[in-house]
Amino acid sequence: MTDQTALQYTEEHEWIRVDGDVATIGITDYAAEKLGDVVYVDLPAAGSTVTAGTVIGEIESTKSVGELFAPVDGEILEANQAVVDSPELVNSDPFGEGWLIKVSTTSLPKLLSHDEYRALTGE
Amino acid sequence: MTERLSPLDGVHRAAGASFTDFAGWQMPVRYSSDLAEHHAVRNAAGIFDLSHMGEIVLIGPESAAALDFALAGKLSAIEIGQAKYSLLLAEDGGIIDDLVVYRTGDDRYMVVANASNREVVADEFRARAGGFDTDVYDESDDVALIAVQGPASREILLATAGFTIEGGHPDGEDVPEALASLRYYRAIAGAFRGEPMLIARTGYTGEDGFELYIAPEHATALWEALTEAGAAHALVPAGLASRDTLRLEAGMPLYGHELSRDILPVQAGLGRVVALSKEGDFVGRAAIEQGPAADAPVLVGLAAEGRRAGRAGYEVFDGDGADSAPVGVVTSGALSPTLGHPIAMAFVAPDVADPGRELYLDVRGTRVPASVVALPFYKRNA
Repeated sequence: MTDQTALQYTEEHEWIRVDGDVATIGITDYAAEKLGDVVYVDLPAAGSTVTAGTVIGEIESTKSVGELFAPVDGEILEANQAVVDSPELVNSDPFGEGWLIKVSTTSLPKLLSHDEYRALTGE
Repeated sequence: MTERLSPLDGVHRAAGASFTDFAGWQMPVRYSSDLAEHHAVRNAAGIFDLSHMGEIVLIGPESAAALDFALAGKLSAIEIGQAKYSLLLAEDGGIIDDLVVYRTGDDRYMVVANASNREVVADEFRARAGGFDTDVYDESDDVALIAVQGPASREILLATAGFTIEGGHPDGEDVPEALASLRYYRAIAGAFRGEPMLIARTGYTGEDGFELYIAPEHATALWEALTEAGAAHALVPAGLASRDTLRLEAGMPLYGHELSRDILPVQAGLGRVVALSKEGDFVGRAAIEQGPAADAPVLVGLAAEGRRAGRAGYEVFDGDGADSAPVGVVTSGALSPTLGHPIAMAFVAPDVADPGRELYLDVRGTRVPASVVALPFYKRNA
């Protein structure tokens, strides 16, 4: 089990785990629940450069389309191929096997703590 | 707008449903998973709360004549216990609502309208029935509606204690025979624990199933009895999200998507619903006889490969180049849970509407090829 209190969050319902200069990014259980069953995930290719706040991918459910925002500036190190192949991982294990991308980053914007994020979602 | 709650609201909350606003109602959108609920209805059964639908009743000796004038179909031709899908048209032939009409007596009909159109339908009926000896009652607040849909639905009803059939045995021992012989688009008067109920073999999922109309104060007891009986048949509560993918696979139009005041029935493939051969005038007849413009868009099915679905509002193009022309717009679309590929309904120019025609969906900037196919996308094995 991922310790959710050790993660940081965005208002766009993404979580970020920082390990040195590598940020692992996924969407929260709250976002996964709101989307419904995820059936398609489009992620940026490894090697591409992303800018915080811009749309870099899509997460489609049976019902709607959600946009994936880059929470940090940096270069994509890896996109999670397991999620591309099995999008349902986003629902079943959003904080674990359902991670989306790893980004090489040198600076972090202001992010939300676990408590601040849970206050935002009212949970 | 005050949000309205279903009489089954407590049941849904206890079941852990997520809710959505639907025509001012807070209705369950899903309980567990859209896909699991969808597959349950195709393979076993699902139970839906449709208490937000409108029920408008016409009573009086000229109810049949009033409906023949008010609606596109010939409702006087249906027998007691029969149901018919029909359309409420404007003078210009546009569709105000699509609805199901049940003849529940010699001079009594119940019209089931979309929740968002309930008031306008009731108002139109009152206006159109003015010259006829019939009374119009909006009984929506006095009727709850529970649907059990899926191949196991008849077995589930049979396993539910407390059903009786009007005029039948007080122990309900004749219920199995009555349910078995109840044909599609037929209804019988019955009771649940003595409370009157209409049992209709109708639905909106493309599966066999039943729709049960009962007073709101008895809806929870009925839901719980059905759920208990359904446990052995893999019955699950199903929300509006799965209902939408189910009806889309079945090629059934949704008001506000495939049907609107700007669309004539023939454009939506519903020309057969308009009874031009019936005697007398009906609202919209002149416009229907004149027909839409030759280049008016028509509804088609589109099937694509991959996983990216065209969705309502996405444009349809006659090519994948930047210079290709837009030829239509998607009205409903999803990755079909049953078929495993994207499907959509779209209004397109009539010259590109032939089955087999290759078109392109603009999926957020990417042109995805899609073939025109006949509707429905999915048909159950009868």
